[in-house]
Amino acid sequence: MMVSNIAEISNDDLAAEVKTWLDEHWDEQNRREKGTERLDVKSWLGKLVDAGYSVPTWSPDWFGRGYSGRQARLIDDILKSRKVIGRSQDRYNLGAVTTYRLGSEQLKSELLRDMLTGAHSCLLYSEPNAGSDLAGVRTKAEWVAGPDGGEYVINGQKVWTSNASDATYGMLLARTDWDVPKHSGISFFIFPMKQDGVDIRPINQITGESEFNEIFIENARVPARNVVGELNGGWKVLQTALAYERLIMGEGATERRGKQKSSVPPLLELAKRHGKIDDPVIRQKIAQAIAYRQLNSLNMKRAKDEIVSNGSSSLMSLGKLAMSRIQHGEARVAAEILGPASLFDGPDFKDSADMNFDSAKAYMNSIGGGSDQIQRNIISERILGLPREIEVDRNMPFRDVKSG
Amino acid sequence: MRDSFARLLAEQAGETSLRETMASPHGFDEHLWKSMAEMGLLGLIVAPEYGGIGGDAQILEDLMEEAGAHLLCSPFLSTAVIAASLISASSEEGLKRELLASICDGTKVFAIAATGEKGLWTNADISVEARQENGKWLLDGSASYVLHAEKADQLLVVARADGNIRVFLSDPDTDAVAIQKLETNDPALRLSKIIFSGASARPLANVDETAIETALDLAKVAQAGEQAGGVKQIFDITVEYLRTRYQFGRQIGSYQSLKHIAADMLIEVETAASAARHAARMMATGSPDTKTFVSLAAFACADAYRDVSAQAIQLHGGIAYTWEHPAHLYWRRARTGLWLFGSSDQHREEYLTYLETA
Repeated sequence: MMVSNIAEISNDDLAAEVKTWLDEHWDEQNRREKGTERLDVKSWLGKLVDAGYSVPTWSPDWFGRGYSGRQARLIDDILKSRKVIGRSQDRYNLGAVTTYRLGSEQLKSELLRDMLTGAHSCLLYSEPNAGSDLAGVRTKAEWVAGPDGGEYVINGQKVWTSNASDATYGMLLARTDWDVPKHSGISFFIFPMKQDGVDIRPINQITGESEFNEIFIENARVPARNVVGELNGGWKVLQTALAYERLIMGEGATERRGKQKSSVPPLLELAKRHGKIDDPVIRQKIAQAIAYRQLNSLNMKRAKDEIVSNGSSSLMSLGKLAMSRIQHGEARVAAEILGPASLFDGPDFKDSADMNFDSAKAYMNSIGGGSDQIQRNIISERILGLPREIEVDRNMPFRDVKSG
Repeated sequence: MRDSFARLLAEQAGETSLRETMASPHGFDEHLWKSMAEMGLLGLIVAPEYGGIGGDAQILEDLMEEAGAHLLCSPFLSTAVIAASLISASSEEGLKRELLASICDGTKVFAIAATGEKGLWTNADISVEARQENGKWLLDGSASYVLHAEKADQLLVVARADGNIRVFLSDPDTDAVAIQKLETNDPALRLSKIIFSGASARPLANVDETAIETALDLAKVAQAGEQAGGVKQIFDITVEYLRTRYQFGRQIGSYQSLKHIAADMLIEVETAASAARHAARMMATGSPDTKTFVSLAAFACADAYRDVSAQAIQLHGGIAYTWEHPAHLYWRRARTGLWLFGSSDQHREEYLTYLETA
């Protein structure tokens, strides 16, 4: 795709160009490439990548067009309205974004196209003994000599990985030096998932769902050229990757909020169905539960206004902790409305089953992505300026750090 | 305007003079009141054609945050908010002009008698009856929880008259009006009970239940702003103490048990600001959801102030158990706000009712 002065195209011209291209290539009715009998995902994504519509904000050297976020949004809106598969991968494809931003030129030329045309990535960060204390990872990466810089042999166990069985690549955090302090001996790899020695086992969660997996890695291999960033510089790479992840989660949350919701709060409906709508004690609890949610959204609205006028807002980091109180609290009020019927479950007792599910699911927010307790440390240290927690293992060789 | 108000309070209402005002018989600093009049603060919500600034609920809320941070001790709420709002609703041009002018220039303090012995601030709790005799209105019955009545030049009395609820203007200095001071826990608070025994009164023309509701809603927004400002101030004082107090050779704010409480308190502090400001914005823009958000702010801000000021004393330890330390002044003010203009439980019930009927 050769177009000069590509970033200076007017919005109208850009919209017209994208629409013309889609008219020619995309069958919106059947959601497949025009002139084909069935959707070939890889081939279609390749077409989109070649047209420059997959990652418009990226450099023209790497499948992009050097567009602004606003122009990319314009393309995204059109692709979305035509139900096109593979839009805005510069926002949503975490593996590709991390590789593009932080990977070597060699790694980019080797992996990026594959990542943009359907090869998924998963996260291999947490371990059974490295949850809140992620820098305590113990998965081993040992170098062995060989052509092209040699390779690393990986041994260890990862946990809380979603979409592992679909993944071609894993973004792997592993220890490459045991004789330096914990943050200084970690490297970040793009790890091939489809190989012997990678055993994926679904985790049965307390909700009854299985969104996450444990990954057992035994003598699996990753080329040395698949290190992202510096060798032993993985902690720094991870911080950047986590920032992208939060950004994606934030955007996802914004999009989800756009969905139609009933105007009557569900707890009120539940109380009506179970004859508790006139109970003054229950009414107080329902009101407080609804209030917590509404107050949190007022805080988040203020945060957005502050970001627009000041560029940042400390309010943003309160949302996750506040959400724990909201979710656990709503589930508890639902249980009080249901009373002894809280004991029931299953399809014949949908309200009870929903309440029981929500009661368990609330832990996803209060533990996942940094527990409430870690969150309180972060808020008190970064916003309130209180002293940092003492980390006894911060400066000792990782080999000597206690674990368990 | 908020900045100059802050400067005024820093100059004239610092902790020393605040404590003097609190200990004075009427809980009222006339010199400060005059300065507030000169700055135009007393006519904040009065329309310009009546000598005021014509400010809306948002400006009022903003200034009340400053008042709350400084624990302002004055008849501002009863005079410049509730009385100003009620009188502004009157259709009797001459009286309206005269009364509003006396509010704006600080010459008259108004007390509001709007609730009875139960202190519920509901229509059912109104126990003053107005009757007509020879073309003159007379008041009988009692009102309680009356703010700043001893010092008041005028009383505004919410009373029942021929099956309606109306507002009457009455002179406090007659034999037919007995004002009984009630001792309070918050030294900034002045409350009285008033017994009317055929006191002559003048009705405010056209000031009906809707006008009373609007005035009290505005008072709730003002109080929510005061609470948002107060809760932030006592929180900042507390966090500063956690940073500077050392025990066992380390800052006490380095202990997780205290850090975690502080993080939870911050959510309450920010939530109070969001709730008060949003309610003010809804009211200022005339949103149909105004009442919902006024109720929400009323209990969210009151409860936040109660919880944070109580924790503030605990986190300070022994020093805050002394009268000299200001923490208890915020705590007492927070406890005042839990009951004026209705309780948190009442506001929560109203909030839910508005959500159900929305």
